[in-house]
Amino acid sequence: MKKFSELINKLLLTSSRNRKIDILSNYFQNTSDPDRGYTLAILTNELELRNIPISRIKEIVFENVDNELFTLSYDYVGDLAETISLIWPHKELGSLLGISEIIDVLRNLKKDDVNKTIKNYLSIANETERWALIKLISGGLRIGVSSRLAKTALAKFSNKKLDDIEKIWHGIEAPYNNLFNWLCNEGPMPKIDLLKTFNPMMLANPISKNDFKTLISSQFIAEWKWDGIRVQIILGKSSVKIFSRTGDDISQSFPEIKNSGDSMVILDGELLVGRDFTPMNFNSLQQRLNRKKVTQKHMDEFPAFIKLYDILYLNNEDLRDKTWKSRRFELEKWFKKNNNKYFDLSNVIKFSSWDELSNFKKNKIIDDQHEGLMIKKIDGSYIPGRPKGYWYKWKKDPKNVDAVLMYAIRGHGKRSSYYSDFTFGLWNGNQLSPIGKAYFGFNDNELKVLDKFVRNNTIKKFGPVREVEKTFVIEIAFDAVNESNRHKSGVALRFPRIKRLREDKPASEVIQLSQFKSEFL
Amino acid sequence: MKWIDKNLHIKPINTHIDPYKPVENAIITHGHADHAKPGHKNVLATSETIEIMKIRYGENCAENFQVLPTNQSLKINDVLIKFFPAGHILGSVQVLTEYKGEKINFTGDYKTTSDQTCKDFEPVKCHTLVTEATFGLPVFQHPNENEEIKKLLKSINLFSERPHLVGVYALGKAQRVINLLRQQGYDKEIFIHGSLEKLCEYYKNNNIDLGKITKVNLTKKKDYNGEIILAPPSAIKNIWSRKFEDPIICQASGWMSIKQRAKQSLVELPLIISDHADWNELTKYIKFTGAENVYVTHGREEAIVHWCKMNKINGLALSLSGRDDEEQL
Repeated sequence: MKKFSELINKLLLTSSRNRKIDILSNYFQNTSDPDRGYTLAILTNELELRNIPISRIKEIVFENVDNELFTLSYDYVGDLAETISLIWPHKELGSLLGISEIIDVLRNLKKDDVNKTIKNYLSIANETERWALIKLISGGLRIGVSSRLAKTALAKFSNKKLDDIEKIWHGIEAPYNNLFNWLCNEGPMPKIDLLKTFNPMMLANPISKNDFKTLISSQFIAEWKWDGIRVQIILGKSSVKIFSRTGDDISQSFPEIKNSGDSMVILDGELLVGRDFTPMNFNSLQQRLNRKKVTQKHMDEFPAFIKLYDILYLNNEDLRDKTWKSRRFELEKWFKKNNNKYFDLSNVIKFSSWDELSNFKKNKIIDDQHEGLMIKKIDGSYIPGRPKGYWYKWKKDPKNVDAVLMYAIRGHGKRSSYYSDFTFGLWNGNQLSPIGKAYFGFNDNELKVLDKFVRNNTIKKFGPVREVEKTFVIEIAFDAVNESNRHKSGVALRFPRIKRLREDKPASEVIQLSQFKSEFL
Repeated sequence: MKWIDKNLHIKPINTHIDPYKPVENAIITHGHADHAKPGHKNVLATSETIEIMKIRYGENCAENFQVLPTNQSLKINDVLIKFFPAGHILGSVQVLTEYKGEKINFTGDYKTTSDQTCKDFEPVKCHTLVTEATFGLPVFQHPNENEEIKKLLKSINLFSERPHLVGVYALGKAQRVINLLRQQGYDKEIFIHGSLEKLCEYYKNNNIDLGKITKVNLTKKKDYNGEIILAPPSAIKNIWSRKFEDPIICQASGWMSIKQRAKQSLVELPLIISDHADWNELTKYIKFTGAENVYVTHGREEAIVHWCKMNKINGLALSLSGRDDEEQL
């Protein structure tokens, strides 16, 4: 645990990306299996220790530390793992096991032994080890190391291609012995099962004003950016796998989607619900997401279908290196042959100038169905990640509303000393009703203004949450509004961000919730 | 507390302790800028504090100076005043005042651990304690300072190709870090930012071992690789520091125990070296004094007041204005 805790401490305090890669690559070089594999799994967020909830750790801390003193400390430090590691009052002799052994113990811990074992670990650990241990249990290190960076370090230490590592990544599991064998030239490249494995998807960059000046319109086509969720569909002869953009397997939520032909194919598309390939709004799609059991009623009420954008594999042939144009040709051919009532082809929009496309977007966009346009390079291949110069998203114009700041929480990581997560609301009669939360959109100066306002205008504290005087108006930009019964106000904003501070506007001039609903819903 | 008020004003003798604005009569606990301000009429302090004020603000920063050495008493009207070493920086004291049999002790800033750059802290009993609480949260438990200095020396060995820029407060922290390095046997030249020069000189004149220290000269082409350079954090944050090639940014401060805070200030090597009492020292000292009332001048008042309540002591937060968390500068 010492080595692991020192590694993540060093990574946290190092800001240069190259230096982080060096530190990690050295670690992989000088650490044996399975320790380095488990570390890799932790860094890439692939390891979950579900059996010990963080609430249990808090319980143990409260048995040993005064509740109020803990709350004041947590409010000051802003990071739970750090607070616990610094405040823990007991010190005992002993040393912690290595990272692999600790994971093994934690995974197999009987419920009755949890408190005793964790208490012992916290007491024999030094402060940095305690911090690392709690980070390990709570998941999500927040040390500024992305999964991509960890893989880059793997590529560096082994002299293998990053793309090759990415290609097999979703088919291998912690502690990755087969991966490290291959990386150290002691074994073959791990074989992965194409029918079960998510392939990292190609993503788009937002298009900027400048892009319209430099990009040549004739090299691109456009498609609607449908307002559903991006998915990868793997059709085997008798199996169907549906993965979200981040690689989560969501197949069980959509059991109706089946393969109608006998080809093995990997497709890229947008999952939507609706009839006759006419999408309903995003809210309807949400009725189908995150359900473990899907009833016939649900499937009838909210039938799912997929707008197909792309094809990655056809019968074991990897098409990703081909141009968009030839992939599109293959996709259309496959689509014609496999008459499948769950698949529709996304239309290709041709245009001769950016102005023409801009007019098309303005005139034809359907607010409930489209998020905007996708612009794709005709001769571009399918490159996992977010490569520059190939795919662009051109979102529809955001909507705006002025709202009153109501609550604030301190941020995490480098923002841990700033109040940077804000809840805002609209009037509901003479009371404010929260309509959403935002934690970005502002610049550093605006953050300072907001932070200062929160500190000087707190009227109540609920743990880390501060309720503030209802006097500060902020302009919120958002992409869409959905009905929501999870929120008291009955609405949920999509992608809300703070656009401007309206220090000039009195809170009394902010609109009523009912007016907001009739305008945007 | 009928004869003092919330602004640390001793009413029977119309005297303020560490006043934020110019006043008629001031007692100054130590030379840090948030305690010692220029412009008072009469200043009572230790000779070291007076010298430090003159170095920082000029010879005429007050009309009259009166020296009171530590452990000697001075009676003004019916108020007895006595200074006890506070162990914070050179010249720092606690101010014990006694009026009609009631003792009130003003700690100023203090630490109870030993420090070769100033007199060791001396504990005093009192009825009312007016204390600081810069590190008044149980998350602050300062490690041994020598172990922290060893981290710096280890890093110098490991990264001998990189300059080590150490952020330090110009008064007190800078000299302590240099002295701690000397105690660990580091006898190489240590480089300092120009703003530390006069104060280091003053410490040297008080027979505090700082060894060979040299002002950084950036006009000359010099290789600072593997050297230790001390500078105020503000200089490290601005363009001054860009002249060093690929430096390791270090900072010596009690705040450095919070990793996220170190990260936020882009500190690669945090050194947890504090000139303030940590949580355990604060609470231990409150108990020792036997005080029935504890007034907290500045810092994390809430937690100390809560702790007082748990221990059946009257606690009150004064939240004095103008006190910075100086080490954060």
